Amino acid sequence: MSRPQSQAEYLARLVPPSVAGINRRSLLAGAAGTGALLGTGLLAGCGDDSGSGGSSKDVSLGSNQSDPKPKDVLVKVTDGFKTSSGVQVAVNTVDHNTFQENINNYLQGKPDDVFTWFAGYRMRFFAQKGLASDISDVWGKLSGYSDAFKKASTGDDGKQYFVPATYYPWAVFYRKSVWQQYGYQVPKTITEFTDLGARMKKDGLIPIAFADKDGWPAMGTFDILNLRINGYQFHIDLMAGKEAWTSDKVKKVFDTWAGLLPLHQPDSLGRTWQEAAQSLQQKKSGMYLLGLFVGQQFSNEEQSDLDFFTFPEIDPAIGAKALDAPIDGYMMARKPKNEDNARKLLEYFGGKDAADITVKNDPATLVANTSADVSGYTALQKKAAELVGSATEIAQFLDRDTRPDFASTVIIPALQQFIKNPKDIGGLTSSIENQKKSIFTD
Amino acid sequence: MSDLPLIQADRAVPPPATTTSTGGRRRRLRLLSRTDRVVITLMVLVPLLLVTGFVWLPAAATVLLSGTNWDGIGPLDEIEFVGARNYSDVVNIYPPFVPAVQHNLLWLAALFVVATPFGMFLAVLLDKELRGSRFYQTALYLPVVLSLALIGFVWQLLYSRDQGLINAVFGTSIDWYGDSNVNIWAVMVASGWRHVGYIMLLYLAGLKGVDPSLREAAAVDGASESRAFFRVVFPVMRPINIIVLVVTVIESLRAFDLVWVVNKGRNGLELISALVTQNVVGEASRIGFGSALATIMLVVSLVFITIYLATVMRENRE
Repeated sequence: MSRPQSQAEYLARLVPPSVAGINRRSLLAGAAGTGALLGTGLLAGCGDDSGSGGSSKDVSLGSNQSDPKPKDVLVKVTDGFKTSSGVQVAVNTVDHNTFQENINNYLQGKPDDVFTWFAGYRMRFFAQKGLASDISDVWGKLSGYSDAFKKASTGDDGKQYFVPATYYPWAVFYRKSVWQQYGYQVPKTITEFTDLGARMKKDGLIPIAFADKDGWPAMGTFDILNLRINGYQFHIDLMAGKEAWTSDKVKKVFDTWAGLLPLHQPDSLGRTWQEAAQSLQQKKSGMYLLGLFVGQQFSNEEQSDLDFFTFPEIDPAIGAKALDAPIDGYMMARKPKNEDNARKLLEYFGGKDAADITVKNDPATLVANTSADVSGYTALQKKAAELVGSATEIAQFLDRDTRPDFASTVIIPALQQFIKNPKDIGGLTSSIENQKKSIFTD
Repeated sequence: MSDLPLIQADRAVPPPATTTSTGGRRRRLRLLSRTDRVVITLMVLVPLLLVTGFVWLPAAATVLLSGTNWDGIGPLDEIEFVGARNYSDVVNIYPPFVPAVQHNLLWLAALFVVATPFGMFLAVLLDKELRGSRFYQTALYLPVVLSLALIGFVWQLLYSRDQGLINAVFGTSIDWYGDSNVNIWAVMVASGWRHVGYIMLLYLAGLKGVDPSLREAAAVDGASESRAFFRVVFPVMRPINIIVLVVTVIESLRAFDLVWVVNKGRNGLELISALVTQNVVGEASRIGFGSALATIMLVVSLVFITIYLATVMRENRE
């Protein structure tokens, strides 16, 4: 082989034979093509549907329900709306996480008339920024909602911006067969809870399944401990940045958690919630604090073996009536193209018919409207609905109750740090407080 | 992606041709026809606009935004300047920052000290035309074809604490991806697995280009095989060595996909690129703060880019 004469020639020889067959131009063309495909795919998903948006017989809906089951349910609900009102709904479905991550750009661009969202701080934030429309008049026509749900749909200015559709509670789940086998009783207080954990350890079980690889599941533990120790109002104020993380109240939460950590499944930071749920399903763990969606990891026959209790009381003065029950629902964009139809659609979403269709088709969730026919609920669903119905206050889960930047860039690393090293609570809380002050500036 | 340095090196070639001939420039220009001049103007202008529009303006905007506390919502005139506060926050109260810098340096060191030399070693071995060298070549190069995100998933199957292959085979219960003392190494093994193949191929291609008569001459002079490599082949491969070096630096600076797939760059896997993404992209929208992190990364990259360009330019002058 002769020596190359120039650097360019030299470099040209570096192309491996496997690649040399494809010249660079065709490679680029391919890349551009893929890019264009991706681009249009995203645009079609996020953008407005200008082709059909203009007619008065239409309304567009931006949906994050990308999983097959909920997506199918939504199609059935919108079909129901079409039958009752004659208005066609153009549904733009976007992957759940993508939708959530792009929400800022989506709402500031050309959003769909109606879009799926959650109750909580973020909903109120969009309302305050004028990125969502006041729908108090729709609420005037809705019935069947408890005050807790109306409160969860209300913005800081006292107007409603949100129509709740479904929700699910967070609770401590267990397998009835395992508990019967060992004769465990549902604990009512934190002492009974830790005693039960010690017994489970003796029986060779992992008392509490635990996973925090993705960062958010541990928020559920923090939430429930804070709700039990300091109560709902303090929790919400803490989430809104009004209370100090360095206060003794917050330290007590971490102290209590540190005491419970030995009962938790070790090495949680490398485990997904699915794996932790499977340890419960395989009868290796005794219980697991998670949302109702834990049932996804159980087969159909095992569903009836799944039961739960609400996290036990820690302070008798506070009780055990508050809990996390994130609510999913719908909001209206700031300048909907078809405002009348959008309001009609929201009214339908909040009504009994939509709730009935959801109950019939989705066993994994609970409907917010109490006037719905819930005879189709499973035993677990019924119990979950009762639990939330009896709750005095409903929190939405940490990452929905506070600023998303605070939740994801401060709290997630902080909780993971705590799980790694539960001893340095003072250092941890002051680090959170310093970052909080820098984020909650206005 | 993998041919990036090649393109860069390609681009590095033309400039000397235009800059070294400044003396006869006027006459040369007049010799060119009108079409030539239009073509030349276009060829300079279009890339210039592209580079300015897609590289320099966004970079400048990032630096500018790093002085604000913009949250990505609302009109641009509502942006509030906060001076250097984001930078002082990054350094003083942002716990993941220091680990992130350390991990980036560790990444660079591991690729440079272990993965790159190993890839070069494999290239030298394969250059010996062993039996089945095509097979080895393909096997080693295969990971390069996979995206890093995919590699993260593949290794997850091996690393998972409860269901992974490694713990199942050895009966251990090491939390490979979750234990913050272990996971950076576990991820670097996965990343090195890919990097080795990449370097191997680059280097092998370079070795094939070395004039065999050089080696023969060394052998005739009685040099041992390793001596011939280090004294003759390695110095001759200088351009490719620089490319390998630059690829290694680039790979370690843009290390991102893998840790993002594993746990979004948290808990022991902090990298500056992952922190930038956590803050800027997605719902968090700490645009100002994230831009400060991005600017820091830009400065670090500029150091390496400057060193590289200085070396290449000196080479061309010689």
